[in-house]
Amino acid sequence: MAPVVQSSQPWVEKYRPRQVKDVAHQDEVVRVLTNTLETANCPHMLFYGPPGTGKTTTALAISHQLFGPELYKSRVLELNASDDRGINVVRTKIKDFAAVAVGSGSRQGYPCPPYKIIILDEADSMTEDAQNALRRTMETYSKVTRFFFICNYISRIIEPLASRCAKFRFKPLSEGIMSSRILHICGEEGLTLDSEALSTLSSISQGDLRRAITYLQSAARLFGSSITSKDLISVSGVIPQEVVEAVFAACKSGDFDVANKEVNNVIAEGYPVSQMLYQLLEVIINNDDISDEQKARICKKLGEADKCLIDGADEYLQLMYVASHTIRALCDMPEELHFD
Amino acid sequence: MLWVDKYRPRTLDKIIAHEEIAQNLKKLVSEHDCPHLLFYGPTGSGKKTLVMALLKQMFGPGVEKVKLENKMWKIDAGTRTIELELTMLSSTHHVEMNPSDAGFQDRYIVQEIIKEMARNRPVDTKGKKGFKVLVLNEVDKLSREAQHSLRRTMEKYSASCRLILCCNSSSKVTEAVRSRCLNIRVNAPTEEQIIKVLEFIGKKENLQLPPGLTARIAAQSNRNLRRAILSFETCRVQQYPFTINQALPPLDWEQYVSEIASDIMKEQSPKRLFSVRGKIYELLVNCIPPEIILKKLLSELLKKLDSELKHEVCHWAAYYEHRMRLGQKAIFHIEAFVANQSLVQMEPVSSFDHLKDSLCASFSRISYV
Ligand SMILES: Nc1ncnc2c1ncn2[C@@H]1O[C@H](COP(=O)(O)OP(=O)(O)OP(=O)(O)O)[C@@H](O)[C@H]1O
Ligand SMILES: [Mg+2]
Repeated sequence: MAPVVQSSQPWVEKYRPRQVKDVAHQDEVVRVLTNTLETANCPHMLFYGPPGTGKTTTALAISHQLFGPELYKSRVLELNASDDRGINVVRTKIKDFAAVAVGSGSRQGYPCPPYKIIILDEADSMTEDAQNALRRTMETYSKVTRFFFICNYISRIIEPLASRCAKFRFKPLSEGIMSSRILHICGEEGLTLDSEALSTLSSISQGDLRRAITYLQSAARLFGSSITSKDLISVSGVIPQEVVEAVFAACKSGDFDVANKEVNNVIAEGYPVSQMLYQLLEVIINNDDISDEQKARICKKLGEADKCLIDGADEYLQLMYVASHTIRALCDMPEELHFD
Repeated sequence: MLWVDKYRPRTLDKIIAHEEIAQNLKKLVSEHDCPHLLFYGPTGSGKKTLVMALLKQMFGPGVEKVKLENKMWKIDAGTRTIELELTMLSSTHHVEMNPSDAGFQDRYIVQEIIKEMARNRPVDTKGKKGFKVLVLNEVDKLSREAQHSLRRTMEKYSASCRLILCCNSSSKVTEAVRSRCLNIRVNAPTEEQIIKVLEFIGKKENLQLPPGLTARIAAQSNRNLRRAILSFETCRVQQYPFTINQALPPLDWEQYVSEIASDIMKEQSPKRLFSVRGKIYELLVNCIPPEIILKKLLSELLKKLDSELKHEVCHWAAYYEHRMRLGQKAIFHIEAFVANQSLVQMEPVSSFDHLKDSLCASFSRISYV
């Protein structure tokens, strides 16, 4: 047999907090859950917020802390978007698990309260029908089962479910908190990071700690143990400012062909257009030579293009669309097209 | 063997066009805790080559012993069993597949295969556990559901299964998936880099290269390395020894699109529209992706229009391509674009009013089909 190549976990997993108290920046939920650990009282919960802010981490940590390794398997059901969670599963697997009655009494120092926990991670990808089917189950077995819903977009959770839960919004991590987590990891891994690099890392990862950790690990592998701000930018996929400026300058020139050439270049270089739109927005907003009205016109188009990209539209065409309308706005050409 | 395959660099050290990325990858996998990777960049830029070389770096020559199989998946979905068939390429260390080929059922494939890999984790004689790599191509074509189902799975099984995702446009990959990977941008090689590769091949094949030939091929390739090598080989087949003014192989369908563009420019009438429709249909039947046709058509039209109309056509191209994504039949939207373009062009000439009316009529018929 072929030799096995060893693997160990990436840093994001290695540094996933195992205890609720180690979850950074989400004070409110940590307070409530710490209370839960003492009193064993726990409402249904709904965690929502952007990626990498600690939602899954928190749900797993509290479950482990409540039940310990021995009971975990029998008391906690974790289902995520990769499991089938259609209406049938709700009516069978979830219901069966929810219905089981359990005893109480702490064991091996774990509180082990008399209920089970069902974690529905990435619940925003459940269909509305499946969510509706859950309502009854939630009510009928609320004595013996607690539900944890986790999602990025709370609007995708139907109101009847959301209103039965204590809701917690997970905030993007603030720069300070992010830095202290990162410094902690640097300490463990023997890395040095100067203060400029640290603030760069916080700003490029936009409050997503998972992303920050991934960048940090990649930079450490690529550039050794002393990491600069430039190293981090190069692994992050942020588009170099000169490239964004070049697109903007091309639009300012008023010449369609110049802009087209620049856009083609952006595509050939493989820069993600969604990121480009975002950085272009920054440039435009912060430019004092553009009137508010022009800015408004361009922003409107940026928004439309972003939406189209989400729908799966072509990157070249959308960026070109924005570029063309930017030219028109900057040259004060009429907003309406000839034929509309 | 075609030159594109024959001269595909097998190791990271032999990579010519993306030396820096290759060297970085080498460092990245020096310890076996590298994160999941997402390669993105335009077609023909060399992502696949990098991925294969990377796998070899990680596991040694074993990854080259691949077998191609058509696997049947039986997936238990509550009340019914879904049967799916998908081609995959696998070695003892990795599996490569195109999950989006499963269409709207892609999510089942993604769920099932990763779990299966995690279950059958390779174990060596000392009982140490290893990991496998799953290469997923065209993840930008995966349905939203499938992308969602990757999220937690990527975290949960990260010790037993490392993912390498490839796609053209990373904007189409959800934020949550991107946040779980190290994103690696693979830019299209520059013309100079392409020339370098072509000259390298020329040397290996013992060819006499007339001055300027490789440069011309590179210029025509639109920074697509695969296309450049293919047309280099075609040149070799068509005529050797090369001559200074050797004609480059024409790009059939692109020629065809440029004819369509001329048609649109020449005459704006329902009859013309009808014949254009036939031609577009022909392209679609030959499996040229609709958005590629639309973009090529746009670029041909841009060559022929004045600057005011350029903005116009560009606006509508984006508009109809977006509609095409949401709709079902591509032909309607390309046709609507063409009809609309005809209208735009005759706008300034009011004496064509009657013609315009009849065009409008056929236009509205199209958009409500
Ligand atoms: N508040 C936090 N405190 C400490 N570590 C965190 C925090 N948030 C995220 N992390 C780090 O980021 C990683 C990912 O966090 P987690 O899985 O909880 O994200 P999530 O909120 O569930 O994101 P998603 O919405 O994408 O599922 C964790 O492994 C951990 O290393
Ligand atoms: Mg999560």
